Parts: sequence; structure tokens; C-alpha cells
Amino acid sequence: MTKKIKLSELGSLLGGLDIEALEGVKIEGDVELDLGHMLNPQMAYALGHEAAQIAHHLINISRILGYPVDQMFSGTAAKPIRPSRLIESKFSVGRMEEWKTPIQEVTLGATSSDGGSRSSTVTLGGEHALPYYFDNPMPHRNYITMDVFDMPINMAKAVKSNYEDVINSPSEWAKKVVRDFGADMVTVHLISTDPNIKDTSPAEAAKTVEEVLQAVDVPIVIGGSGNPEKDPVVLEKAAEVAEGERCLLASASLNLDYARIAEAAKKYNHVVLSWTQLEINAQKELNRKLMKQCGVARENILMDPTTAALGYGLDYAYTNMERIRLAGLTGDAELNFPMSSGTTNAWGAREAWMVASPLKEDSDWGPREYRGPIWEIITGLTLSLAGNDLFMMMHPTAVQVLKEITQTLYGSKEAEPTNIDNWITAVI
Amino acid sequence: MKLNSPLQVYKYLPQINCAECGDATCMAFAAHLIDRSKKLEDCPPLLKDEFKKKYLELESLLAPEVREIIVGRGEHAKKIGGDDVLYRHQLTFFNPTTFAYDVWDTMAEQELVDRINNIANFRKFYVGKFLKVDMVAVRCVSGDALKFASAVKKVSETTELPLVLCSFDPAVLRAALEVVKDKNPLIYAATEKNWGEVAELALNYKVPVVLSSSDLDKLRSLALTFQEMGIKELILDPGTYPQGKQLKETFERCIKLRRAGIKEGQKDIALPIMALPLSAWLVYNDAVTASYWETVLASVFIVRYADIMILHGLEPYAMLPQVHLRDTIYTDPRTPVKVAPGVNEIGSPTKDSPVIITTNFALTYYTVESDLSSNKINCYIAAVDTDGIGVEAAVAGGQLTAAKIKDTFQKAGFDFKEKTDHSTLILPGLAARLQGDVEDVTGLRVMIGPPDSGRIPGWMEKNWPPKPK
Ligand code: B12
Ligand code: SF4
Repeated sequence: MTKKIKLSELGSLLGGLDIEALEGVKIEGDVELDLGHMLNPQMAYALGHEAAQIAHHLINISRILGYPVDQMFSGTAAKPIRPSRLIESKFSVGRMEEWKTPIQEVTLGATSSDGGSRSSTVTLGGEHALPYYFDNPMPHRNYITMDVFDMPINMAKAVKSNYEDVINSPSEWAKKVVRDFGADMVTVHLISTDPNIKDTSPAEAAKTVEEVLQAVDVPIVIGGSGNPEKDPVVLEKAAEVAEGERCLLASASLNLDYARIAEAAKKYNHVVLSWTQLEINAQKELNRKLMKQCGVARENILMDPTTAALGYGLDYAYTNMERIRLAGLTGDAELNFPMSSGTTNAWGAREAWMVASPLKEDSDWGPREYRGPIWEIITGLTLSLAGNDLFMMMHPTAVQVLKEITQTLYGSKEAEPTNIDNWITAVI
Repeated sequence: MKLNSPLQVYKYLPQINCAECGDATCMAFAAHLIDRSKKLEDCPPLLKDEFKKKYLELESLLAPEVREIIVGRGEHAKKIGGDDVLYRHQLTFFNPTTFAYDVWDTMAEQELVDRINNIANFRKFYVGKFLKVDMVAVRCVSGDALKFASAVKKVSETTELPLVLCSFDPAVLRAALEVVKDKNPLIYAATEKNWGEVAELALNYKVPVVLSSSDLDKLRSLALTFQEMGIKELILDPGTYPQGKQLKETFERCIKLRRAGIKEGQKDIALPIMALPLSAWLVYNDAVTASYWETVLASVFIVRYADIMILHGLEPYAMLPQVHLRDTIYTDPRTPVKVAPGVNEIGSPTKDSPVIITTNFALTYYTVESDLSSNKINCYIAAVDTDGIGVEAAVAGGQLTAAKIKDTFQKAGFDFKEKTDHSTLILPGLAARLQGDVEDVTGLRVMIGPPDSGRIPGWMEKNWPPKPK
């Protein structure tokens, strides 16, 4: 037994039907719903709104009956009747009302009027929104501080070739990155102080800091060796010789005597880098301790929540930073500080430095000279979108490109307008 | 999705706790529907007639905020869109950004075939799988419909990858659609000027279509009009400008569209977004600069909301970071990425094969395993249960210890005396400080390998087999 439903019957058939009540309907025997045309949405459109609704319900019925509805659509279509003009409309979207708390502003470096000797300073933070969002323009652009080491170290070939002439002189190295590579700041890493490396004394390390301060007039970051016993002593001495310069002391962390570093920062007017390892709660804890227990003022704290390279944990680093920034913007006063990234970590990824893939199944990786800088760029760029403010970097090209894109998104880069309408036919 | 707690979902379920779905209770199943790790179809009772109404209601209540559309057919078909959140930590992002690389109809045939093969064969091993790219976008440069159709034909004969057909001329698109109408290609694009004819094509050929305008009012008009006509398979191209203020505005448009769709529930605009990093090539002629900038643009839009993009450069130094960043952003932050702990064989190890220690963090394990197997090193590899933490962090955090290492071999019933004639194991270079401990606890000889497992082959040449004591 077959019953065909005709178009003309539909109205009356479904008119009084409450489709929502179909639950109990039993269908027996061979029921053929010859609904091909009716189900066609164009036809529905032609029949007007009411019929469209019917068609919609019918689709549901057919689904209930286990009909391959989507195949029905593929019947020969009636010529679509289309509106003769576009439906007028306005797009609008609201702002993020919940971003109420700004990020703390932190200034690095001090000019002579503020008791230092820098010719310029760098101010970070102050955001009221995620980076580059239209809700609220960022008050300050991103800044880049370039790495300088107090002794020759192992570097990827692509990086090393830029520094061979200055590798034995931190002050020449510092001059080069500022003069030639556009560094906004310089980080001097006192790695030779590590007892397992050269065990350079704090006094001698402090001399290197003085030299660098004399060689360049940009704000500087003073980094230890990462040795938890030695770093507090080294940073304390370095802080003393750099008194008043508002250097960034890198870093205070939970596994060393952070109070001693905090004390040195207070006494000699510097900023503390609060470093934790990919753990938002640890970051809160350390910031809280620096503020409450050590009495460090809010404007003297910057955070380093840890940078993992693209392909080596960047997912953790990205999300950790994004969560920290969102927490800060929505009122967490233990997390609303500007952030710094050790973007140089990107060079640890084998894709950045290995000659070729160790895997024969991989497509050719291409020349590593091009892979390294782009690994550093993309690692940094990703974190800039999560809210990172200051980037510690190494490769000159990476620095240029990251500056270009972050300043473009920040809004300070002008360019000739591009006509993209003909991208399809472009000969490239 | 409109429901956000398991309790809300539970109301629509059969509530009989029959466990056919694999969960002990309907409530547990509800939680899996919320986190999208299970589908409605996994609950057989719900598919029965008596629950049909509930099923249909749930289906629409659980639909992702951003519409999910499909391009292509068969195993290479791609789902595009389907996101529910603005930030990955809130759930996860679904359907990794689709990468389409371009070819064009003025290419010589051999050149065309080579390029397609480059696209289709690209692969990069990562965490137990290969990162690959997804589609071919065919651009009509000639302006000639026949020429375009024949290029599209050649492309579709050469690859199974889904296609994006690119032209603003409806006649050109029609000619190509005639050739590949069975393959569900994506057509690019309907604009303010050609929308009527392109809409007809979308309707007649039942293909998904991109709507393009860098004016969001017009883009919304297009979206409303197409949906009113019954065309649901839509993607929005808000225009990708490569530089300056125009680029900043592009970024803002993507954020506005996604916020409107997900946060404000503006259904008619909650559609997948397309970006065109290829536009970098309109302003840079030098291949390295253009590839770098294209990758920069791609990265910005992988992070902020593009669901599909069209790219040009096939330089490995550009494609590697592109596929890695996509994987970074789309990795599910909820699932710990670990492998089963235990002792596994690589190749066919014999009594003089090395025994390698590593952790059960998937990234670590697969990296080490593939370095070994790709270099045809027969060996045993012990994945120590470090709760899915990598070597260095596990040593620092105390999950990789001498006791854990011993335990791994014990549980696996691995007897060094019986399986090896050297009673030696090799620790990762980054776990060197465990050497003494491991020697004491296991009584075995312990060698320290290089810091990176990619260097194991070279290291083996110098250090294996171990010199007799
Ligand atoms: C991602 C990451 C995390 C993630 C871990 C995610 C995970 N599932 O592992 C999280 C956020 C959880 C984390 C936490 C911590 N981390 Co962490 N983390 C990292 C980071 C950024 C990347 C590590 C990584 O994934 N590497 C990639 C994998 C593939 O490397 P791998 O496992 O070492 O494997 C390689 C080699 O070891 C070798 N290999 C492996 N097996 C074998 C076997 C043999 C025989 C050989 C020869 C070679 C070999 O080849 C592999 C491929 O190259 C590093 C910093 C960095 N940039 O490297 C810090 C780092 C490892 N973490 C560190 C620390 C201190 C911690 C914490 C203790 C921090 C804290 N105070 O909370 C915790 C500990 C957590 C725990 N154990 O429970 C320190 C370790 C310092 C040290 N040397 O002691 C590091 C180096 C950061 C730093 N510079 O201080 N971390
Ligand atoms: S199969 Fe369905 S009814 Fe049975 S327990 Fe799972 S959710 Fe409940």
C-alpha cells in the first residue's frame, strides 16, 4: 500500500497538525512520501514562509522515518527564485565588559632625571584588553631585548654567524645588537657565574654589567646563570653596581632565595622578573610572595610564565599565558602584570637547528638557516597573541620580523594600501 | 552549544542507565556529550521512536555554535568550523584550520602535476602521526572558462584532496563545477557583485560556497540572503590584507565575527572563517620574504579564528611551522598525551641490542621511537610511567626515578639476564643525574646517551656495543 502526498494536499494535511506531538504517531506498511519537490528549500522559498516551515517540519519527519533526507535534496532542482537584491543588514558586536582591570604598567630603565643614565625607557603593560583587540587600544607596543652572554656559548649556526666578531666582548656584543639589529633593550646573561661552568665571582660579573651599561644607553636585563644557589648573590651584586638604572633582575623563582633578589631590587631601584614554570597557580603564589612577603611594589614586577618552543610545549606556554592575561583583565590582582618570554628557547627545537630530519619518512626539511629564525618568530608571535609584552630574542631577522608584525597589529605600521580584489588572477 | 552542564543534557536522555553507550550512567554519558567526546548516536535507546523528539531537541541544542560544514567527499573530506569556545582552555578547538595550497590554470601540465604532488605528499612526523596539508585551491588566472575547467580536471585526476575553485566569474566556476560536481568542492566566491549567479551555482550543484567582503555589513547581508535562499554551507571571507592598518583591520574583523557568533549567539553569522595568507605574495616578490610573511599571517589567523586558509608557498621552512602551530592550537588540552607504559620492541632486537629508557609522554616517546625505527636500530625501549611528563620535567618533578625504572622492567617481566648479554641500559642525556641511583637500584650498568634522541645513531657508532668491564 502506497500513499503519495501531493503538494496541494500538504497545507490541509499539516495545517492543524502540531508537529511537536508526532511522538506517538505510528507508521505502518510501505509509506512512500513523495516529497522531493516540497523538500526543496528553493521551492519552499518560492511558496513563502509558511510553506518553508512545513518543509522544515517535513524534513524532520523524514529524518524520524529514517529517510535519507539529504539525498532528497539532490533531485533536479527547480529554478531558484532568488531575491532581486541583497537583504539589507548591519553588523554589530559588543565590547568585552568583563575586562575591567587593567594590566599593571611597569617601566624599565631610568633617565638622568630619574636617577639613571639611560637615554630612553621602556614601558610595558597598561592593557585593558587582549593584545591588539579593538575593545581598547594597547597603550604600549611590544619590546624586544636581545641576548648577550658573558662568555662564548654554544649557539645554532644560523645565530652564531651574527656574533662571531663580538663573542668575546659582552660590551661590543651589546653595542652591536642595539646599533645593527634594532634591539630595544639588552639582556646580559651572567652564565659564567655558574659553579659548574666558570664560577665567576659576583664582583667580576658585576663588572660585566657595568661595562654593558656604559656601552649602550638602552635599559638592560640582568640574567643569572640559572644556578639557584649562586643567582641571588650574583644578582644582588649586579643590582648594586647598577643602582638606580631600573634594570630587570632575571629571575626570582620559587626554588631559590627570591627574597634576597626582591630586597636587592627594592634597595637599588630595579624591577623583579617573577619566573615560574608553566603553572598559573605557582605564578600567583610567587607574585603574592613578592608583594606581600617581600614588599615589592606592583610597578616593579614583571612575570615570565615560561616559554616552550613551537612543537615542544608551546601549547602549554600559549594557554598558560592566555589564561594569566584573561585572569588579570577580569580582576585577579595577583596576575595582572606584564609578561616576558624567553623566546630564544625556540632554538632548542630540533626543527630550528638540525641539518635535516632524522626521519626518512619526513618530507625534506629544507635549509636550516631559514628554519631557525622562523621558529623563533612563530614562537614569539604566538605568545604575543596570548598577551606577552617583552621578548628575549637572538636572531636579527627574527627580531625584525617579530617587530614588524607586532607593531602592525599594534597599529603603528603604515603601508601603502593593497588591492586584494585581484588575488585570484595574480601572477606569483 | 546551548547546553553547558551534564544535568541539562541528562533531562533529555532515557535515564535508564543501561550502559550501552559504554558509560555506567546516563549522567556520565551526558558529560561526554558536553565535552563532545561522544555522539548522540552512541546511545541506542535514544534512537528508538519513543525518544525521537528528545533526540531531535538534543541534536539542535548540542549543535556547535559555529556551523560545521564539509568540503570534499570520501576519506579526504574535511570538516570546517564547528567551534564552541573563544579560548582553547575553555574546552578545545575542533577541526584544525584547513590548509589549501594554490595551483593555477596557466601552469604547464607537468609543473601542475609536480606541484600537486608536493602538496599531497607533504608530511612531518609528530607525536605518533604525520602532520599533513589538506586541499588544493585552483585559481583561474587565465579568465578562460574552458582552460580553467581543463586545469581543474587535471587536478582532480591527480589528487584525491578536496578542491577550492577560485574565480569571481560565475561562468568560469560553472565550467569547473561541471567537471568536478561529484566531489563537493568549495567555490570561491560570492561577492556583492556576482552573488545572484553564484548562489544559483551553489543551489544547483549543492556545493559549499565562500562569501567574500571586507565590509562586515555587506558580509552579513550576503550571509542572510544566502541562508534565506536555503544555502547553509557557507564560509565567510572577511578579506585578508597583508600589511599596515588594513591588516590590523583584518585581524579585528575575524575577532568580531567570532565573538558575534560564539559569545553573542548571532546564529546567522556564526559561520566558519576563511583567511588568505597568500596575499603576502601580492606585496613581496622575494620568495623567502614572502614565505616568511605568509607564515606570519597564517600564524596570526590560526590563533585567531580562521577555520580554513589559502596559502601559496611550499617552502619547507614555511610549511613546517604552519603545520606545527596548527597542531599546537588545536591539540586537545583536556587529554593527557601519554602512551601506555611498558617495554616495547623496535625492529627485531637480539641479545646484543640496546635497552633504551624514556618516558611515557607521547611527544617524548614517539620522538624517540621514530628516531630509532627510522634509523633501523633494533632495540628495546622502556616507556616509564611518568604521568605523561617529558624527560627533563619528569627528572625535575620526581616522576622519573630509579625505582620507577626498575618497576617498569619488573612489571613487563623483562629479565636482563635472559633478554640481553650486556645487562646495560641507556638513560637519556637529560636524565644523566639519575645514573648512580639507577645503578644502585637495578644493579645494571648504566650508560648516558646524548641529550637529543636524534643523535642516538651517531652516538651508537661510537659507544655501542659497550666495552666489556
Ligand atoms: C612543556 C614543559 C613542561 C610541561 C610538561 C608537559 C609534559 N607532558 O611533559 C609542564 C607544564 C607540565 C612542565 C612542568 C614542570 N617543569 Co617543565 N618544561 C617544559 C619544557 C618547556 C619543554 C619540555 C618538553 O616537552 N620537551 C620536549 C620533549 C620531547 O623532550 P624530552 O622529553 O626531553 O625528550 C628528548 C630528550 O630527552 C631525548 N630523549 C628522550 N628519551 C631519550 C632516551 C635516550 C636513551 C636518549 C639518548 C635520549 C632521549 O630526546 C627527546 C627528543 O629530543 C621545558 C623547557 C624546554 N624548553 O625544554 C621545561 C623544563 C623541562 N621544565 C622544568 C621544570 C623545572 C618543571 C617543573 C618542575 C616546574 C615546577 N616547579 O612546577 C614542573 C614539573 C612537573 C612535573 N614533573 O610534574 C625545567 C627542568 C629543569 C631541570 N633541568 O631540572 C625545564 C628545562 C625548564 C627550565 N629551563 O627550567 N614542564
Ligand atoms: S546508552 Fe543511553 S540510556 Fe543507556 S546508559 Fe547510556 S545514555 Fe543512558
